[in-house]
Amino acid sequence: MSEDIKVDLELDLKGLLCPLPMVRVSQNISKVPVGGVIKAIATDPGSLADIPSWAKSTGNEVIKSERIEKDLIFYIKRLK
Amino acid sequence: MEEKKKKLSMVVFSGDMDKIMAAFIIATGAAASNMDVTMFFTFWGLRAVKKPVNTGKGLFGKMLGFMYGGDIRKAGPSKFNFYGMGRWMFKKMMASKGVMDLVEFRNLAHEMGVKFYPCSMSMDVLEITANDFIDTAEPEVGVGFFISEALESQITLFI
Repeated sequence: MSEDIKVDLELDLKGLLCPLPMVRVSQNISKVPVGGVIKAIATDPGSLADIPSWAKSTGNEVIKSERIEKDLIFYIKRLK
Repeated sequence: MEEKKKKLSMVVFSGDMDKIMAAFIIATGAAASNMDVTMFFTFWGLRAVKKPVNTGKGLFGKMLGFMYGGDIRKAGPSKFNFYGMGRWMFKKMMASKGVMDLVEFRNLAHEMGVKFYPCSMSMDVLEITANDFIDTAEPEVGVGFFISEALESQITLFI
């Protein structure tokens, strides 16, 4: 399964605590075009729930999320 | 076509550090979730938008300004304050974990478009004037304003 996601912007959110990971994503989503993807790397376990919830309330989409050791990586697609 | 934004309105009644922090975390989270946010500061909560100045006109007002003076940085936790020891300890603990302080939270909230309204009636009672508030505070309003905001809100909170 080859998944090559084209990333338009990468955000380092390591060490940030609630509510900052979702705040930073929301502040940066308009920097990618509609259909574009932000790769966000967080370490706050709360963001596992927060980032998908943020995407749901703002009408965007987490197309992939993965965990690499302590890093929680989200691929967030701007839908509008 | 721009769709109408959803709205959060909250009353911030408490002047306690922990409760004000919760209020600003929810406010910034809602603003990040593309909502309009109205914070209505009343009674003890007024200190959250006050400058560090002495307030009061009459004797009681001045006494209150002295006993309950300072700005948001003087707010202590609702439990275990121990005359300021608790505040100091919580500040240390928060800083060591990289949590922003209340002033930074307030600035972030303002940057994200959150509106801060002081309550005119409590200003009268506590003898706090419009000049005593930070520049980012809106003009004073009454409960009628809060109700009209709350009526068109999807979320309302009292903190």
